[in-house]
Amino acid sequence: MTLRESLSSLLLTGPAALALVLFIFLPVTVVFVLAFTDYQIGASGAGWVGLDNFAQLFGSRLGRNAIFNTLTYVAIVIPASVGLGLLVALGLHGLAGSLPRITNALKAVYFLPVAATLVAMAVSWQMLLHPSLGLVNTWASALGWPAPLWLSDRDLVLYTLAVIGIWQTVGYNMVLFLAGLAAIQPSLYDAAEVDGATGGWSRFWLVTWPMLGPTTLFVLVVTAANAFRVFETVATLTKGGPAFASDTIVYALYREGFVYFKAGYASAITVVFFLALLLLTALQVWVIERRVHYR
Amino acid sequence: MKRLILLGLLALGAVAVLLPFIWMVSVSLKPQSEIFTASVTLLPRAPTLANYWQAVTQTAIPRYLLNGVIVTGGILALQLLVSVPCAYALAHREFRGRGLLFAAILAALLAPFHVTAIPIFLGLAHLGWLNSYTALILPFTATAFGLFLLRQAFARIPAELIDAARVDGLSEMAIAWRIAFPLAMPTVIAFAIFSVTAHWNDLFWPMIATTDPDLATPPRGILFYRDAESGDEPGPLMAGAVLITAPLVLAFLLSQRRFTQGLANTGLKG
Repeated sequence: MTLRESLSSLLLTGPAALALVLFIFLPVTVVFVLAFTDYQIGASGAGWVGLDNFAQLFGSRLGRNAIFNTLTYVAIVIPASVGLGLLVALGLHGLAGSLPRITNALKAVYFLPVAATLVAMAVSWQMLLHPSLGLVNTWASALGWPAPLWLSDRDLVLYTLAVIGIWQTVGYNMVLFLAGLAAIQPSLYDAAEVDGATGGWSRFWLVTWPMLGPTTLFVLVVTAANAFRVFETVATLTKGGPAFASDTIVYALYREGFVYFKAGYASAITVVFFLALLLLTALQVWVIERRVHYR
Repeated sequence: MKRLILLGLLALGAVAVLLPFIWMVSVSLKPQSEIFTASVTLLPRAPTLANYWQAVTQTAIPRYLLNGVIVTGGILALQLLVSVPCAYALAHREFRGRGLLFAAILAALLAPFHVTAIPIFLGLAHLGWLNSYTALILPFTATAFGLFLLRQAFARIPAELIDAARVDGLSEMAIAWRIAFPLAMPTVIAFAIFSVTAHWNDLFWPMIATTDPDLATPPRGILFYRDAESGDEPGPLMAGAVLITAPLVLAFLLSQRRFTQGLANTGLKG
């Protein structure tokens, strides 16, 4: 390899490599170090505190609350978003042959929330759920139903945010499931028919569901990873309130780090968040390998 | 009959999905008197564009939209400028450290932006660069995802084609930009859609890196406006939300296939 060629390679790859080090690898290292200090943004020095920040996150009422809320949110969004995504995909897949135009239009509608700006849509949701000016409570009272305070009732707020999260992600899962459905060979259905599976249900359980298995696992992991990062709706609609009832891990990270300037503690939250995501990614890699094996 | 029921259910679900969109547009077209009323209706009775006029002339929403264009455009340009040559070298050149660089890119894929935010904030604060377009754009120069996507696309270009260009005397940088880049255009477009959507919609980093309303990107800006009007002007607020959502929604409706691919194959990375 001549010097000229080496220089040429350096010119091509150098800027990108530098950017990766500067904006990803160095910051990740720093965050792992800061997590063991009591550094405050703006302070001149910092002390080593060992595992104190982690103890605070897992030991304090507030820290545990944020973790518990996030897990609750994830536990609601995953089954609902994946289940609805599958149902919509099955429906659209079944209609695609006879009504291609309508199917395409419906597909676009379901995908719309994925492309739309979530913060602006959250502002619209706020208006929709407004106690006196909103459509939802107007209709509810017209029907004689109770008109709850969707975003300021402590027992309700997390579920309201979960519904918005589901609304936003169903279309994304639908697209993944549609791709999975399109990959199933029609001959499998013929074979199942020969074996006596003629009804819709037996066809589904004998062919569709097992063949979709790898897609389903993949969709589950992706949905979990995205739900885990919930931030925009929290920041827009509740700021974690009322009384921390909708505080989540990424919002807590933002609040502790950039509102209270507790960089050390916020770094510890970041580390926990990162490790949880890495665990999910490991699961995902395992899923993909199984998918390859499956075919 | 069964098909009709299925269609009915799917259409019902679609209406539910559309409700926030319909409501946003509807309120944006309502005169003030129809918003502050005991008899709220789904659709405006006397639609008016007055709210849009107010949003465009009396609020900073046009400024926010302009900021969105500057920031998303700046990020995409920087990302491509840095990533295209590197991805080309990874796909079509032998050099020491190539394996290491590719492994580093795969590792970097694992770190979402939330993880690097605190140290990057500290670094920018140290340099006095917070509250600037630089702070909003520069940290996203490193895109492991873009590097990975482009490398995969460039690797599909036959080596003979690259060799022929070398024989013709093109420099390596010229091959990257004039041969590889145009040939990988579908991937470039998919990445562009992903990048622009992600950063147009992002709230996390703009909330951290800037406090100056003049620098607010669309999502940050609409929150500034909402908090300032504090419930007095829902009409113009909804008009603003429509204006901020419209560019991406229109782009999606015009090229559904590309958009779906760009976001569905890539949506995991933030």
